[in-house]
Amino acid sequence: MSSPEVLPDSEAKRWKYLNNVRTRPGAFVDPEEFDGSTVVENMNKIKILVIGAGGLGCEILKNLALSGFKDISVIDMDTIDISNLNRQFLFRHADVGKFKAEVAAKFVERRVKGVKITPYNCKIQDFDEDFYQQFQIVVCGLDSIEARRWINATLVNMASCENPDSMKPLIDGGTEGFKGQARVILPTMGSCIECQLDMHAPRAAVPLCTLASIPRQPEHCIEWAHVIAWDKEKPFPQLDKDDPEHITWLYQKALERAKEFNISGVTYSLTQGVVKNIIPAIAATNSVIAAACCNEALKIASSCAPFLGTPGEGEPNYMMYSGNDSIYTYTFKHEQKEDCPVCGMTARVLKVNPKWTLEELIESFATLPEAQLKKPSVRAEGKTLYMQLPPNLEEQTRPNLEKTLEQLGLTEGTELAVTDPAFVGVVFNFSLKFA
Amino acid sequence: MLKIWSMKKEQQKAENAAGAESGGKKKKVTAAQLRVQKDLSELSLGSTMKTEFPDPDDILNFILYIEPDEGMYKGGKFSFTFNITPNFPHEPPKVQCREKIYHPNIDLEGKVCLNILREDWKPVLNLNAVIVGLQFLFLEPNASDPLNKEAAEDLRSNREGFKRNVRTAMSGGTVKGQTYERVVQ
Ligand SMILES: [Zn+2]
Repeated sequence: MSSPEVLPDSEAKRWKYLNNVRTRPGAFVDPEEFDGSTVVENMNKIKILVIGAGGLGCEILKNLALSGFKDISVIDMDTIDISNLNRQFLFRHADVGKFKAEVAAKFVERRVKGVKITPYNCKIQDFDEDFYQQFQIVVCGLDSIEARRWINATLVNMASCENPDSMKPLIDGGTEGFKGQARVILPTMGSCIECQLDMHAPRAAVPLCTLASIPRQPEHCIEWAHVIAWDKEKPFPQLDKDDPEHITWLYQKALERAKEFNISGVTYSLTQGVVKNIIPAIAATNSVIAAACCNEALKIASSCAPFLGTPGEGEPNYMMYSGNDSIYTYTFKHEQKEDCPVCGMTARVLKVNPKWTLEELIESFATLPEAQLKKPSVRAEGKTLYMQLPPNLEEQTRPNLEKTLEQLGLTEGTELAVTDPAFVGVVFNFSLKFA
Repeated sequence: MLKIWSMKKEQQKAENAAGAESGGKKKKVTAAQLRVQKDLSELSLGSTMKTEFPDPDDILNFILYIEPDEGMYKGGKFSFTFNITPNFPHEPPKVQCREKIYHPNIDLEGKVCLNILREDWKPVLNLNAVIVGLQFLFLEPNASDPLNKEAAEDLRSNREGFKRNVRTAMSGGTVKGQTYERVVQ
């Protein structure tokens, strides 16, 4: 598609109102430190990544394009389902079955001239750090905690003190029915998603025995078919929640069970919803949260106003929203956890002799200034070197004690995770340096 | 963007002033693994329990053996597979009994009805809590949370008869038409 050459002055006219906002210092910005003349040029160069092209993602893509971002990428592995069309407004009936990222990218490119959107129809885990390194800001509109934790850990691991470009602000939006949140993570500089894991209530589960003996709701019958009947009868080797044949099997089983207990309300779409753990999505909540996220992106990119997550005492990094009873929002600071397994401790350098045995290394922990570890257990990047407990694992790893660090394959830069029962809940991290 | 960087440098300066020497690099181990390492090094198994790690490097998968030394299941040896997903501790560990046993809260496929393995799981709970919970199931089988309905009914209506049936099942006998696995030495 050929887009007509846009003249500079018509371009200025087009973005007049946006420019009024982004090129002028906001009320809480020191005018001395703000240079509005470079904002547009800087923002034109920023590469921003959107993760998820679903309910939140559609909104986010549209908002970012209209906020003056020119180079956007989007990752989503899903294809469009007919049930998405009520709120994922970049998709039409004819798009059902196509990749969300691709269709969303094309739609926004068509409607907002001059923006480039690169779609990736795959999982975030398909890419490595080199891929994520090319972006300056990451915005997440996901419904999976697992995916959030993955991207969070990846971005925190990438943040290096030596390289300013390795610091990627992560703007995370999430909604559940009428509730939602927007938060900004500055990797290693403040609280991360892993620190905030307690903010996600684990999914409400029904006791297994209720499913097995006294189902009361249609959902109980479906969960019974899913958790108990499937395992017992194994109609297919592996449950594929996207395979209509599998869902139909579960639906039939649930229906039989519902009949037996005189329960009504088991339908195919409810079966699909329960099995895939779909929480009813409210389009309005998605737009509120996406707007909040994109506001933060604009503020971070332009510096025209302080953003959520600005480092500092008491500065909020988390905005929660609830539309359950009228409308309520609240911002607060979620503190970084010192013992956060992802961002808590940068690995401390530990000077060791490669000729030391593991036993000698372990004895040396007893004299560490920061913590005298008397019963340390040690793992190295996924390899179990020595565990004091449980006894069987101790026995299995005991032969390692006599081996030298070299023999164990430890090299300079290998990271050790050390735990000790005297320091409940703490993992010490060391990066080896050979002396 | 540059602004964030200057903030980071400020923070770094403050930290260096506090004397922390940092390697600056981060670990490649998943959060779930670190958490499991923590949990394992704080594990207290007592004399009735034992673990087995088919691959010591894979601490997310192991087997727990329980040999109750009191109660109706005394003398039996029971084993459970523990499968910890990368989403631990957001998700509870997946625990399954490997033997076919006669127990009101464990079904014939080995599914376990223990509240903290499902509806009452919280990320602050640890592997110790799960192991204590499993041990408790053998000391106090619970007729009000039935997963094996017949066994629960049996326990509720005729405790002595239930005890006898447990013994029969544990030695590899047949109870109510089901043949169970021998779990006594
Ligand atoms: Zn953290």
